Amino acid sequence: MPIRTEILPSFYQDSVVLMRVAAQVKKEQAVREVAAFMGTDTNKALLAQTGLATSESAAATAEDLILTVDADTEERAASALERVAELLAERRDGGGKDAEVSPHTLDSALRLMPDANLATISVPGEFVRFEALRALRRGLNVFVFSDNVPVADEVELKKEALSRGLLCMGPDCGTAYLNGAGLGFYNVTTRGRVGCVAASGTGLQAVASRLAHLGEGVSHGIGVGGRDLSAEVGGMMTLFALRGLAADPVTKAIVLISKPPHKDVVPRLSETLREIDKPVVVCCLGSNKDFGGRTVNVRTLDEAAHAAVAQLRGETWAPAAFGDPAAVAGRLDTSVGDGDLAGAAVLGLFTGGTLAHEAHLLLTEGLGDVGFNGDLTDRSRKHNVIDLGDDAYTVGRPHPMIAPEIRTDFIRRLSVDSTAGVLILDIVLGVGAHDDPAAPVVEALGDVQAAYAAAGRRLAVVASVVGTPGDPQNLGRQISQLTEAGVHVFATNAEAARFAAMVAEPKLGRKLAGSD
Amino acid sequence: MKPPIPKIFDEPLKVVNLGLAMFADNLRAENIDVIHVDWRPPAGGDARLANILAALED
Repeated sequence: MPIRTEILPSFYQDSVVLMRVAAQVKKEQAVREVAAFMGTDTNKALLAQTGLATSESAAATAEDLILTVDADTEERAASALERVAELLAERRDGGGKDAEVSPHTLDSALRLMPDANLATISVPGEFVRFEALRALRRGLNVFVFSDNVPVADEVELKKEALSRGLLCMGPDCGTAYLNGAGLGFYNVTTRGRVGCVAASGTGLQAVASRLAHLGEGVSHGIGVGGRDLSAEVGGMMTLFALRGLAADPVTKAIVLISKPPHKDVVPRLSETLREIDKPVVVCCLGSNKDFGGRTVNVRTLDEAAHAAVAQLRGETWAPAAFGDPAAVAGRLDTSVGDGDLAGAAVLGLFTGGTLAHEAHLLLTEGLGDVGFNGDLTDRSRKHNVIDLGDDAYTVGRPHPMIAPEIRTDFIRRLSVDSTAGVLILDIVLGVGAHDDPAAPVVEALGDVQAAYAAAGRRLAVVASVVGTPGDPQNLGRQISQLTEAGVHVFATNAEAARFAAMVAEPKLGRKLAGSD
Repeated sequence: MKPPIPKIFDEPLKVVNLGLAMFADNLRAENIDVIHVDWRPPAGGDARLANILAALED
């Protein structure tokens, strides 16, 4: 079994390009494995773990690119390696319009674009401070997608940004909208009147998508990173963005999306919210704190969108468990099958962190104790939710919204490693995400359903699709693929979670669906 | 005192992209002015040295 390695010295390429090239060559050349990693310690450990390490890869440095192929024959391995190098060289030579003027540093880019006003940064976390500080000092706002940035660096960057009246979105900011343009992973929507401040990428995606379905849109969506409302960061960017949106003439209503703020941040947040002379919808998942002033508190992401629209239009609105309770009751009666899943264990496998968190809260309300981010084989709790985008599951791999294998591997393991009878999934569409995310999920579900059937077990699958008709993946086609595979598809994550709880606990179902 | 509006709220975006090339491609597809930096780790890939350099520049 020849494992061949080639080192490209001082050759940097981003992880998404490397993943795509590796996947393409693996498929084209029918070899067992193709790995293309920068030679960082983490990546070298991963190669060792997967049995792909060689003496050459062990000697590589963080600046070097390691290409490794595992194939049946030497010839195949050599040919695959050659193909990887060829595709990377093609990619590097570009062919795009910037090819001839591709600068190597921020400063050389600024000589070509002296009036740049935003730096989007997705370099490895340890270099974020270097690049983002430099950008802020040159008067650029920053959008930092990178994670693994020390919290002390985040505090320093945000202080620097505030002293200059600039936005520092992130670190770990997945999504933002500025002036109608999306940044990072985002859903395609038309610009509107709702300003969002979000400590959550998928939270912002879910709210922007619901707003689009309700005929409204986002004016600006300021992602602040998941730690902004922690004691260390003190809500610096949340407060700045809220004040900015309060003064912005395009923004007519504001939505704040986050986890509960740290208690030390609450007084400053309350004060800022009370000063805002526009309706503000507060969705702090897991907290019922009333901030007073013109704030409206909601419990779920879809409620946030509905409440904002009601405020904009001067309509009355009350939260409901389901948009169409009669249809849900009917679905429960006809499609779940004589309650044979009553008492089943519920498992959530999520790609969106905030969607996982929201489902966890709703399942806990319905079913009691629910585990979070354990292993599939962990039996300490009956019901479990796993956020597969969490760092613990993504070491050396891109986020599962781009690389669905992280989740499909888990799905295929269910028949052996899990007691689950009800599975909840999120399918997140939008620019940046996988080009057909439902397809690999449906394929994996086919395999696991066959294994369940062979073992005389049943698995009900419930999913929500976060997306808009403008998204590149074709929303209708994503939904139909899932429904054709027998998945119960809901418009929102909250409905999917409630339905899953109802299947496992039918008494709850009658109550939530309003048919009791 | 009226709070400041971040200036960028009123400006067309002009973006320098460092990192994933996909983000530059996506911005370009939206007709947003973007320059992609063919980024390499600064300070020869030594993050500690890069941090010292960032502090010196202050």
